Amino acid sequence: MTDMTEDHFAALKDKEPAKEPRSQWQDVWSQFKKHKGAVFGGGFLLFITLFVIFGPWIWDVDPKKLDIRNKDVRPIWTALWNGDAKTLWYRPFGTDNLGRDLLANIIAGGRASMSVGWAAMILSLIIGTGVGVLSGYFRRMDFWLMRFTDLVLSLPILPLLLVAVVLFRQPLRSNFGPEMGMFILIVGVISVTSWMQTARIVRGEILALKEREFILAARSIGTSNAKIITRHLLPNVISPIMVSATLGLATAIITESALSFLGFGFPSDFPTWGKLLADAVPRMTEYPERVMLPGIAISLTVLGVNYLGDGLRDALDPRIRGR
Amino acid sequence: MLTFTIRRLILSVPTLLFISLVIFLLLQLAPGDPMAQVPLTVPPEVKEKMREALGLGQPIHIQYIKWLYQFFIVEPQVMIDWMTRDTFLFGWLPDTQFSMVYNAELDRMVTEQRVISWQWRGPVMDVVIQRLPQTLWVVGMAYVVGILISIPIGIYSAYRQYSVFDQAGTFITMIGFSVPPFFTGPLLGIIFAVQLGWFPLLYDTTHEVNNWDTFVTQLKQMVLPVMVLALQTTAQISRYMRASVLDNLNQDYVRTARSKGLSEAVVVMVHVLRNSMIPVITVIALGIPSIFGGAIITEVVFGVSGIGDMFIRALLSNDLPTVQTLAFIFAILIVMFNLLADVLYGVFDPRIRYD
Repeated sequence: MTDMTEDHFAALKDKEPAKEPRSQWQDVWSQFKKHKGAVFGGGFLLFITLFVIFGPWIWDVDPKKLDIRNKDVRPIWTALWNGDAKTLWYRPFGTDNLGRDLLANIIAGGRASMSVGWAAMILSLIIGTGVGVLSGYFRRMDFWLMRFTDLVLSLPILPLLLVAVVLFRQPLRSNFGPEMGMFILIVGVISVTSWMQTARIVRGEILALKEREFILAARSIGTSNAKIITRHLLPNVISPIMVSATLGLATAIITESALSFLGFGFPSDFPTWGKLLADAVPRMTEYPERVMLPGIAISLTVLGVNYLGDGLRDALDPRIRGR
Repeated sequence: MLTFTIRRLILSVPTLLFISLVIFLLLQLAPGDPMAQVPLTVPPEVKEKMREALGLGQPIHIQYIKWLYQFFIVEPQVMIDWMTRDTFLFGWLPDTQFSMVYNAELDRMVTEQRVISWQWRGPVMDVVIQRLPQTLWVVGMAYVVGILISIPIGIYSAYRQYSVFDQAGTFITMIGFSVPPFFTGPLLGIIFAVQLGWFPLLYDTTHEVNNWDTFVTQLKQMVLPVMVLALQTTAQISRYMRASVLDNLNQDYVRTARSKGLSEAVVVMVHVLRNSMIPVITVIALGIPSIFGGAIITEVVFGVSGIGDMFIRALLSNDLPTVQTLAFIFAILIVMFNLLADVLYGVFDPRIRYD
């Protein structure tokens, strides 16, 4: 008889010790790890960011220094199939037609492109989240803010960007210096024209969230609107914001490079990836590597960011996670 | 459906007015004098006259209304006059004179004041009409090619989900998303024009097609710009197509069709394809304006003298009327294609009722 009861209890007991409780972010991370492309993309983004931040200390060459004796040096790997090519070990990526070191230029250009990308992405996220939260949470503002968003969505973005850059270039340059002024201008125009998708997504999420019980509970104990938004709503919309952040970073990098490529970006002696590419295009038949290297840098970074976004979308969506 | 279309058309008027206001104010309130480029040797009284001719002395709202009047009333009138006078299609109609006004000083009919480009010293619309066909040919071809490639890719990679083809297709669409046109342009140029020598690197706008050989040359010079633009389109549309087909393949009506004994070809190509085209058609219509933006870069890379190239030139030479007009034309394209997308959605999907 006693044996029987013991068996009953044994059936109720777990065969193995209970697992540690898992937090949401551990689940997200384990799902994220399964997406190979996302891991590679995130890794590459991290690598390229660290590379452009710490690159100038590792590769200690001034990107603007002219070395006219060693101009038009080919990259070092050209020597593999063309022994006669002019290559130098201390110019591993070669030099341009004024003898500026290409590796140093790519690092400096990456600094400009990445900082514009990050800054524009963060600013457009702030605008987009702000508009989205306001219009989702306060019913009175919803109609007009969303109409405004629709209107901005139907503006021709690239032409207006070009127009804005041309018109406000001079005053900003004279106020903040040629490089800082241009940085402010480009970050400003990119973020002002790219917050709309974030705003729409955040609004949709907020509209659904604010009808949930925990918001009602928070309100019933007298929580103010500002506290409800910052403590209860924003933490819950963090995942769609992160996904649109990756998309925003990719668009910002491409837009900045496009502006530089068309000659409406930073001043001409200030290297960015788009500018390096544009400068190399007229002589690309003789020196294709000067087009390829900055182009590959832009493309791989954007590809990495896009894959990262893809993986994040899968990992942050609880319906897909765990499958 | 008709009421919906009419309502949307009426609603698009305030949108267009707002956009025109933004474009106008951006250019008017911007620091910088439009007369800054005028040489110093021009005497001040002449400068004053030039100012007046540009309408710069008047308050901003008068300038804005005048510009709107020129853009929406005078330019269409000129267009109608030209069509009834010179075109094959409407030439048989009696010649109209909508855009002519009587000038007492000259004692004859003259054309009304139009939007004049500061750079070409002529009406902006005349230059636009000269250049628009180049853009439309390249952009239109690119879009058609992109759609024709992307739809089969989307269907097949959804039908064989997670196959090698699907993985490769997803990778290629990712590349199409990530590689910007100002890199694919030079890249394809290096490969196909410089190394292989198959196609010319630059587009020759003055090339005339009058026999088979010149037609082949024309086709060849269009290949590279079309390829660059089509890569973007293909990436976007095939992704949507794949998602849409995947959604439909799991539906009950597919199981019904299979259980009736229909062949796989009929199930996929007739039942699934038609249903999954509904959202894709909207995406296709919505994507057209953005490809005009891409065309700006492609036209610069390959030297196509279309309206994108014209826009860049006008910006570089501070030609404000041209910039305003072109930016507004881009805006009209966006608004019209948004409307088209909405209407098409209703036409193709009988489940959607707007009323």
